[in-house]
Amino acid sequence: MTWRSPMALVRDALRGQRAREKDLRNLVSNLPYEGLEKGKQPNRHFPGNGIKTTKYTLLLFIPMNIFEQFHRLANIYFVGLAILNFVPVVNAFQPEVALIPICVIMSLTALKDAWEDFRRYQSDKKRNYTPCFIYSRTEKQFVERRWKDIKVGDFVKVVCNEIVPADLLLMHTADPNGMCLIETSNLDGETNMKQRRVLSGICVSDPEFDPETFNSIVVCEKPNNNLNHFKCFVEKPDKKKVGAGIESLLLRGCTVRSTEHAVGFVVYAGHETKSMLNNNGPRYKRSKLERKLNIDVIFCVILLFTMCLIGAVGHYAWLQALPGVPPYLVPGSSGHLDSPSLSGFYMFFTMIILLQVFIPISLYFSIELVKIGQIFFITNDMDLYDQDTNSRVQCKSLNITEDLGQIEYVFSDKTGTLTENKMVYRRCSVMGTEYPHKENAIHLAVLEGEEIEEDVIFNQKPQLAKAGWSLDAEDNNYEDTHQQKRGRSRSKRYRGASNSAAFSSELETEVIPDRKLLQQISRAQSSSSGKKIDPYLDFFLALAICNTVVVSMATAQRQRAGRFSRSSQTGSPLDSLSTWMKKSASLCNIFTSCKRKPKRNRTISEVSVLEEDQFNTPVKTAGAGLETCSLHAPSPPDKLTITPDDLSYEAESPDEAALVHAAKAYGFILLARTPESVTVRFPSGKELVFEVLDTLTFDSIRKRMSVLVRHPITKECVLYTKGADYAIMELLGAPYAERLSGNQKTIAADTQYHLDCYAKDGLRTLCFAKKVVSKKLYESWSEDRQKALAAIENREELVMDSAVQLETNLSLLGATGIEDRLQDNVPDTIVALREAGIQVWVLTGDKPETAVNIGYACRLLEEEDLVINMSCKNKLTCISILDCTLEEVRRYKADPRNVDTTQGISLVIDGQTLTMVLSPDLQDRFVELAKCCRSVLCCRVTPLQKSRVVKVVREKLKVMTLAVGDGANDVNMIQAADIGVGISGQEGMQAVMASDFAISRFKHLKKLLLVHGHWCYTRLANMIIYFFYKNVAYVNLLFWYQFFCGFSGTAMIDYWLMIFFNLFFTSLPPIMFGIMDKDVSAEMLLGVPELYRTGQGEGEYTFTTFWVSMLDAFYQSLVCFFIPYLAYRDSDIDVFTFGTPLNTISLFTILLHLSIEIKAWTWVHWVIMLGSVAVFFIATLAYSGTCITCNPPSNPYWILQSQMADPMFYLVCIITTVVALLPRYMFHVLRNSIAPSPLLQARQLDRMDPGTRKEWIKEWRSFRGSGGVKHSRLSTPPSPTLETPVDIFPQSPTDSDIMSDEFTLNVITENYQRPIHT
Amino acid sequence: MMATSYSAKDEDGQITVSGGGGGSLRSRKPENTAFKQQRLPAWQPILTAGTVLPAFFIIGLIFIPIGIGLYVTSNNIKEFEIDYTGVDTSSPCFNCSQSFSWNSSRPCTCTIPFYLEQPYEGNVYMYYGLSNFYQNHRRYVKSRDDSQLHGDMDSLLEPSKECEPYAKHDNKPIAPCGAIANSMFNDTLELFFNDPNGTKVQIPLANTGIAWFTDKYVKFKNPGGDNANLTAVFQGTTKPVNWRKPVYELDKNTSNNGFINEDFIVWMRTAALPTFRKLYRTIKDSKMVPTLPRGNYTLEVVYNYPVRSFEGRKRMILSTISWMGGKNPFLGIAYLTVGSVCFFLGVVLLVVHHKCGNRNNSADISN
Repeated sequence: MTWRSPMALVRDALRGQRAREKDLRNLVSNLPYEGLEKGKQPNRHFPGNGIKTTKYTLLLFIPMNIFEQFHRLANIYFVGLAILNFVPVVNAFQPEVALIPICVIMSLTALKDAWEDFRRYQSDKKRNYTPCFIYSRTEKQFVERRWKDIKVGDFVKVVCNEIVPADLLLMHTADPNGMCLIETSNLDGETNMKQRRVLSGICVSDPEFDPETFNSIVVCEKPNNNLNHFKCFVEKPDKKKVGAGIESLLLRGCTVRSTEHAVGFVVYAGHETKSMLNNNGPRYKRSKLERKLNIDVIFCVILLFTMCLIGAVGHYAWLQALPGVPPYLVPGSSGHLDSPSLSGFYMFFTMIILLQVFIPISLYFSIELVKIGQIFFITNDMDLYDQDTNSRVQCKSLNITEDLGQIEYVFSDKTGTLTENKMVYRRCSVMGTEYPHKENAIHLAVLEGEEIEEDVIFNQKPQLAKAGWSLDAEDNNYEDTHQQKRGRSRSKRYRGASNSAAFSSELETEVIPDRKLLQQISRAQSSSSGKKIDPYLDFFLALAICNTVVVSMATAQRQRAGRFSRSSQTGSPLDSLSTWMKKSASLCNIFTSCKRKPKRNRTISEVSVLEEDQFNTPVKTAGAGLETCSLHAPSPPDKLTITPDDLSYEAESPDEAALVHAAKAYGFILLARTPESVTVRFPSGKELVFEVLDTLTFDSIRKRMSVLVRHPITKECVLYTKGADYAIMELLGAPYAERLSGNQKTIAADTQYHLDCYAKDGLRTLCFAKKVVSKKLYESWSEDRQKALAAIENREELVMDSAVQLETNLSLLGATGIEDRLQDNVPDTIVALREAGIQVWVLTGDKPETAVNIGYACRLLEEEDLVINMSCKNKLTCISILDCTLEEVRRYKADPRNVDTTQGISLVIDGQTLTMVLSPDLQDRFVELAKCCRSVLCCRVTPLQKSRVVKVVREKLKVMTLAVGDGANDVNMIQAADIGVGISGQEGMQAVMASDFAISRFKHLKKLLLVHGHWCYTRLANMIIYFFYKNVAYVNLLFWYQFFCGFSGTAMIDYWLMIFFNLFFTSLPPIMFGIMDKDVSAEMLLGVPELYRTGQGEGEYTFTTFWVSMLDAFYQSLVCFFIPYLAYRDSDIDVFTFGTPLNTISLFTILLHLSIEIKAWTWVHWVIMLGSVAVFFIATLAYSGTCITCNPPSNPYWILQSQMADPMFYLVCIITTVVALLPRYMFHVLRNSIAPSPLLQARQLDRMDPGTRKEWIKEWRSFRGSGGVKHSRLSTPPSPTLETPVDIFPQSPTDSDIMSDEFTLNVITENYQRPIHT
Repeated sequence: MMATSYSAKDEDGQITVSGGGGGSLRSRKPENTAFKQQRLPAWQPILTAGTVLPAFFIIGLIFIPIGIGLYVTSNNIKEFEIDYTGVDTSSPCFNCSQSFSWNSSRPCTCTIPFYLEQPYEGNVYMYYGLSNFYQNHRRYVKSRDDSQLHGDMDSLLEPSKECEPYAKHDNKPIAPCGAIANSMFNDTLELFFNDPNGTKVQIPLANTGIAWFTDKYVKFKNPGGDNANLTAVFQGTTKPVNWRKPVYELDKNTSNNGFINEDFIVWMRTAALPTFRKLYRTIKDSKMVPTLPRGNYTLEVVYNYPVRSFEGRKRMILSTISWMGGKNPFLGIAYLTVGSVCFFLGVVLLVVHHKCGNRNNSADISN
């Protein structure tokens, strides 16, 4: 390297700094500059790819670590006191000894830090030295280098299954379509694959990509940590700009899958990569209890200073009162006595050293230990383990366990949180006609039923049940059926466990086509051979292609590192089974289309026969043995090269997967998707390749997505749009309605009606529309689109605007209803939470109707509730409505008739109104209203609104909030709440990543809050109170002694024994108490959720409890000091002999005090309590037996031994302990006898045997009131009976046997519920 | 700080989950053990009037007899106390008390007559008592060198800095060093029985057996071993400033001389409270029966120890002793009081139990 002047270096550094700080970065390829010195490199200012996450270096470890540790206030306090002890005029103890505790603590911490840092160093090293391929100009090929050698501007090649070393702009892949699949689970935990595509038009990729030809400038934004956004454009030499977004960026840490190799241009390296910027350690939240605790610590500090002041003033006064110079006043080494005022001043500091334990520094350490213990128990709870996903509850934030016991508001997402988020296609409406898919409903009910109702069905009503799902179960006797069922449900369960991607298992996704619709399709198909496309075909085409579902071959999937290894033994026969069904469906279409000519009613019967066969076959084959099913499956037609069973759909949202599966059931099979094309096989068997012109992706503002394709036959550009009904309905073009004749004019109205019906049934609705785009329009629009994509500023808005421009004048095709079933025990959980005094709010993006329906289903709303529906368009009406409602609610509350009734007020509010009421001027009124409501349902809310609601409630009402959600749209809310709970569900892991606790089912929330929350809170609150008490009670002994030693700061207890006292003799019991004490059993807490209320609001750790325990501590210390004082007054007892009984008495008092507080004694408690006493005696005896001159001035030699030989010692100890504890004991006894708290009553119930206990609980609950406490498991999803086709859709066929089936199911459900009701 | 390491562990676990999958999946199902599921069998005492009633009565029943026993024992102890400070002008020691000096060349003596109304039997202990003397002052307590007293030669010649400013005098190490030793009580008390027949019998006072056994034989050692010539051993050291004679001249008896002089050892065991007594002599073989018969006595004091600088008081105490030590009625009274209070509380609880117990049993939980 050549010499450069320091000025140049500084200038260069500054320039580099500027280059890094700039909003836009211009990057060029390094290749032309290869081999040049560093100063000439264009990208030299940007950091390299080597990373260093270690905090320390070898040489600077000690100073840096000490510096780091001094960031903890506690350490500074400790060290300050230890240093103070070295000042001779103020020292209270031997200075060297006083250093020991802090040295021990700090060196232990340093050791732990060093070890952690070493591990980081090792992993850094491992990563930095991972091999990778960088293009080298000299060698004209990719050469192997290390990760750390990568620089911004390099070209890096990544091969299949390799991890991407830096953020790469994708330039080339082995895939001819320029696709690259990556897996981002290392970054966001999402296990589905994501598609990335090559930046088009930059590099000529045939036949082989040559990096040397790259001569454009890459302009990208400053590095940020947003994993889902990236703004960049590439400026070609001819000044043409090509925009690129996240879809072309390979992120560091991702794994390349199913792509042989990919080449990318390094945009960010090392610490500037998105994954590294995202990597910001564990979050630190401070719990409410800890905040309160800190206030009390400040009280302690004030108290300590007061006591020290008393000591200082006392010392001064004492010195002043002396008539002369007594022999016991020791002058300083100079031989002079300090003046009384100076001595008093010094004494203040001596007192601080002496009474330092008053501030419970070890409390923080103990709390940390306790929380680790509590988390251990939470994560080890079997009830919070989910078999299906094989996941336990995860505690991500380690210091807010006790907040779980204080929750007052729960904000819940709906989809995926309350519901399964396993979308099942239920029904659809095409061109204004509703197809109820009744067979499908029955089929689903059976699938559903077998899991839950299994035993009940077969034990009580075997015949009926059989009739319910298998009409021609010829030789299957009852036993067999039972076995089959079990086998199937088990296999289903198994799949659930292994299959964590965003699509549900085959058995659930399979759709039984509605036969009427099938006929329609076949009719349409035969008629629309020409140019005009039948709307029915269009509808299914839209289902199949208007999505972002990625198709992968099942074979390809198996290759994937066992991640989705669906076991081939059970998986594939069932796969083929289900796909055989699909195939037979398409065969059936062909069949019907052949027989189209005969009369209509005849066709119906034929089809129905066929369908029944299909319907029953899966059950039969599954029962007859899995291996036989291949026999049943007909050999696929020869012309098919890809069998549908090889297909596997990976969708970002489960809705899409459900829709694609639905289309597949009707024969519209999505075969392949690339950015440029979609291949669909039609029921006729014809495969058509649609050229995809553009995909307008979904966003939460437009609430729709569109795909623009060119039809291969008609060659016209067609835009298929899918979205929320209100988003689509607004955009329907007027000409469309006019063009249609007669009754078809009402399609939109009919569809809307159907949509409303769907919503009422709790189905998720989606509308489908299409638009034929003229060539001219497309071209002009396309230009705008390109500009928008290349923009750096406001790119999102521009892109969205361009999408909005195109999505106009749509023509409606139809609508679908997708069911999202409630999770198990959701109503039960919600009822329990509400009984626990928790207000449950549901925030959902769904329509109000859907939300209300789900609200009823999950018992958020009760039938007798007063439901207020707030929905208004402008602010003025909003204000008036708000005021009126508030008035109404107040009147309602004041009404004496409503005092006793359990019915509450519920509020349903939509997103638009919510924005208005959350504006600063209306906030207060809204919060006031919401406070009166028992439950609040917010519909159509955006993620931002969700977090806003949480924040407003949290800040205005000053309550503890918990937000629970599963998707990326809940992340804001989860982070805004005091506790964020993520549900690891179908929608990836973003919510889990952002959460403090991650559970797998909503029902786990019940035990997490009611049991663990309660336990953690009570334990910790009691432990902290006890800790304060313990320190004060002990240290005050020293304080009282000051009154008898001229406030000179003498400690009558040996300093070592004082250290031991806190370190060994009394440290474990409170920690054990904090981890293991159990006031009420889990069964009781779950059975009587009201017990949770004790922790809410102020909870058990209040101002009063703190001061009461402080007073008690003062009282006890007074007793512990003055009884021995009076007993030994005017005797020949010496200082340290006097201290020994005091120490012993304190130990007994402190431990017995804890025994009064301990609610349940397990063997652990006994061992630790008795062990502490034993350790005290053994350690003190050993110490007194060996220390002759080791610790001047105390020299405890033989003191305890001589004391223990003296009966007075025991007599003093016994009476002091009794007197000290008598008030607290008495207080407990009287409170428990005269005014027992609910918790105590629960404890009493706990001691009864289970049978009696249940009786009591039941009696008490029935006493408490009527409907609110129904213990039903209304978790059955909207059963088929909910759909009364006769009422809603008069034109649907009423098939007699189907009706009887429904009836059967109905009976079963009733039977099943009865025992639980009573 | 522990939190981070734990979370790291947790994350590892999570990675294994997502990475696993398939049939060979390791189940993360928590172990179903009573400990992990927090179902350990437990004793759950509930403190209510009913359950603790017996405890109160038992405490009452045990404490009251103990109290009576203690009180009676304490009352049987005979104790006589005489203040010889000489504050009053009428006091025989008034003149002596006026001298403030530690090192007055002429010893001041005073004689105090007193009358014992009761005969003292068995071993009688003679204490001197000091009031307002803060032997427990922090810096006073520290002002000693235990290794010097343990017979360490190095410490003898180079006393610890804790002894400052009483470590050296005239550049010679002080033996024993420190403020405690320096301020050692140096009055001499002698007791005479005025026989009714007019003779004045000196009561023999034993000056050994008054210190702790462990102090005399373990903690305190003369430098140079037991049989060393103390004068030679302490060569090069000087006596504490306030002392009249060096440490090796405290007693003629070699086994009670130097650092192992028991008066010295007793003094070195600093008193816990500002008003204290220290054992001065024992009266074992007075050749009289009882040890101290009823009658007139004379206390002869060689008055050296100045107490006026701290408004102190000096007392001579004669006391018999029991298993519970000296006379102190407090403990007996305390036991009696606490016993009765417990008994009373027991009765209160009985009433409470009677009134609330039934309601409790029916356990209708209502807020």
